[in-house]
Amino acid sequence: MAFKTPTELQYSKTHEWIRIEGDEATVGITDYAQDALGDVVYVDLPEVGARFEANGVFGAVESVKAASDLYLPVAGEIIAVNEALVNNPELINKDPYGEGWIVKIRVAPGVGALMSADAYAAYVDTIKH
Amino acid sequence: MHNHEPPIFELSGPGKIGVNLPQIDVPQSELPADLLRADDLAGLPELTEPEVIRHYTRISQRNFAIDTTMVSLGSCTMKYNSKFHEEAARLPGFAAAHPLQGDELSQGALQLMYELQAYLGEISGFDAVSLQPAAGAQGELTGILVFRAYHRDRGDHERVEVLVPDSAHGTNPATAAIAGYRVVEVKSDARGNVDLEDLRRKLSPRTAALMLTNPNTLGLFEEHVTEVARLVHEAGGLLYGDGANFNAILGIVKPGELGFDFMHYNLHKTFTTPHGGGGPGSGAVGCTAALAPFLPTPRVRRVPREGEPLPLTERGVSLRPAGAPALPEGAYELFAPEKTIGRVKTFHGNFGMLVRAWTYIRSIGAAGLRRVSETAVLNANYVQARLKHVYPAAIDRTCMHETVLQGKLAAAPEVRTFDIAKRLIDYGFHPPTVYFPLIVPEALMIEPTETESKRTLDAFCDALLAIAEEAARDPEILKRAPTTTPVRRLDEVRAARQPILRYDPTVFARLREEGIRF
Repeated sequence: MAFKTPTELQYSKTHEWIRIEGDEATVGITDYAQDALGDVVYVDLPEVGARFEANGVFGAVESVKAASDLYLPVAGEIIAVNEALVNNPELINKDPYGEGWIVKIRVAPGVGALMSADAYAAYVDTIKH
Repeated sequence: MHNHEPPIFELSGPGKIGVNLPQIDVPQSELPADLLRADDLAGLPELTEPEVIRHYTRISQRNFAIDTTMVSLGSCTMKYNSKFHEEAARLPGFAAAHPLQGDELSQGALQLMYELQAYLGEISGFDAVSLQPAAGAQGELTGILVFRAYHRDRGDHERVEVLVPDSAHGTNPATAAIAGYRVVEVKSDARGNVDLEDLRRKLSPRTAALMLTNPNTLGLFEEHVTEVARLVHEAGGLLYGDGANFNAILGIVKPGELGFDFMHYNLHKTFTTPHGGGGPGSGAVGCTAALAPFLPTPRVRRVPREGEPLPLTERGVSLRPAGAPALPEGAYELFAPEKTIGRVKTFHGNFGMLVRAWTYIRSIGAAGLRRVSETAVLNANYVQARLKHVYPAAIDRTCMHETVLQGKLAAAPEVRTFDIAKRLIDYGFHPPTVYFPLIVPEALMIEPTETESKRTLDAFCDALLAIAEEAARDPEILKRAPTTTPVRRLDEVRAARQPILRYDPTVFARLREEGIRF
C-alpha cells in the first residue's frame, strides 16, 4: 500500500508532519501513522500557550488499538489546537494532512531531525515489513 | 439457537415479582423524607424468578471462559483454576469469618496469611510480604509509594523521575504518574532487552526507580537484568519488579536475588485465583528488608516469646485494641509496620483469594511450582515453533511463557491482526492479546499457560494456520468474522466514541430503528 507523503511537508521519525510557514507551523500525523493506528477515537490536545522542546510530548492519540504519544518535531509554543478533533477525531483518519491537522505553533529555535517527503517514504518502507 | 437476548429491562412486566419477602415482625415505619428519591423508580425491571434465572443462564452460556475454551491472552496468564481451590475458599471457617471478629477468633485465617506471606517471600527471594493490595496495578502503586516514602525517609527529595521501558505494561507509567513522578521512557534493543546505553543516558540523581517486567512483555528473559539492577542502584534508584509474568520463573529464578527491591505478585494470574470477570484480584507485594518498614498495614506476625526481640522485618505496632488481653506466645496477630505508608485496602485484603493461592501452593508444592513454569515455557515455545513460519515472531528468540507473533501474512497483506483474532472466535478459541506490546506492529501475544494439553495446543495452532490459508484464498472470510457468534463484528469505533453505559429505552429504540440488534 502506498501512503501519501506530500512533498511540501517535512516529517519526523515518530510520524508527525510539519508545514513551516515563516515562524509559524502546522503539525499533524502522517497517512502511514493514521493507517497503522486504525480508527482514532480520542485526541488529547495541549493548552494554547504551552511550550515544548523539540521532540517533546505535546499530546496523544487514542485508537481502537492503542494510545500513542504525539511528539512536536520542532520546539515551539502552541498558538492553536484543532478543536474539531474533540468531537470528530476521525478527521485524522479521513484527512491527515488537511482537516485532521492537530496543532499550530510558533516555532522556537532548536530544530529537531526532520526528513523530506522522499526520505520519509523510504523510512516507512524500511519499517513496514 | 435463540440468538438475541434482550436487556433484562425489556423482559419486564408490571407487577411481576421474583422474591418473597418475609412477613414484617417489627412495627412498620416510614423512611425519613430526606432519604426518599424525588424521581420515580419506573424502569427498574420486574420479572419472575425463573425469568431472571433463564436470562442470566442464557447469557452465561455464551461466555468464552476458561471453563469452556483455551484463553490465550498474553500477559494475563489465563490458566485453568482447579475447583479444589474453590472448595477450600468455601470452607465455612474461611467463608463465614468476619473481619471484625478479632484476632482471637481469627487464628486460622491469620495463620494462613502468615504462611502465605512466608511462601511468597521464599518463592520470590524477598524478606517481607504484604497481602493487602487488591490487584496488580494497586500493587504497583503500593510499591512506588513505598519507594517514595523510603527516599523521603532518607532525606532524599530530588528523585522525581521513574524510568519505564517502552515494552512495559501501560499500568507502569500510569502508576508512576499517579504517584506524582515524571515518567521517562527507556528504549528496547534489537534483542528485546532494555537498551543499556539508553538506560545509562537516562539514569541520574533524579531517578527514583526503574519499573521492570521480567520476563518482559515480549515474553523474553531480560538478559542484562543484573547489570540493569546494578546501574539503577549505582544511581541511587530502586528496582521495581512487575510480577505479571512471574509464571515463567517459579522455582527457577528469584527476583529478589536478581536485584529487584520490590515486586507485586498477581495471585489471580500466577497462583490460580479466578480473574477475567470472575475476580476479584489480589496483588500481594514483596520487598527487601530495607523497605519492609514502609509496607502497607496490616501484616501478620507471630507473638514472640516474652523478652525476645521481633525480627527486623516484623517491627511495628500491634493492632490489638487497647486493653485486649495479650495473645499467647506463638499466636498470630495483625501489626502495622514501623513506617507504614498506611492502608491500601480495607481489612485483610481480598482474603478469599489468599485462601485459593495458599491452597495452590500447598497442593502442588515446590517441585510442582517449578514444573508449572517449565511447562508454561515449553508450551509457549511449542506454539511459537509451530506458527512462526507463517506469523513472524516479533523477536526470534527462545521465548519464556508467552510468544509475541505478528499478524502480518505475506500472502494477504490487507489482513490485519484484528481480523485474525476475530476469525479465531469462529474456530472456538478466545483470541490472544492483540496490539500489545505497543512496540510490535500488529502484535499477536499468545500465552498458552501450563494447563493446556498438547492436543489443545495443536488444535489452537491448526486453527491459526487454517486462518492464514483462508486469508490467502479469500481475505473476506476474515473481514466478515466472526460469523458463528450471537452478535457479529462489533462496531468498536462507535462503542469508543459514543459509549452507551446505561439502559435508556429511547436510546435503545433508536438503535433498533437503525437496524442494530442486541
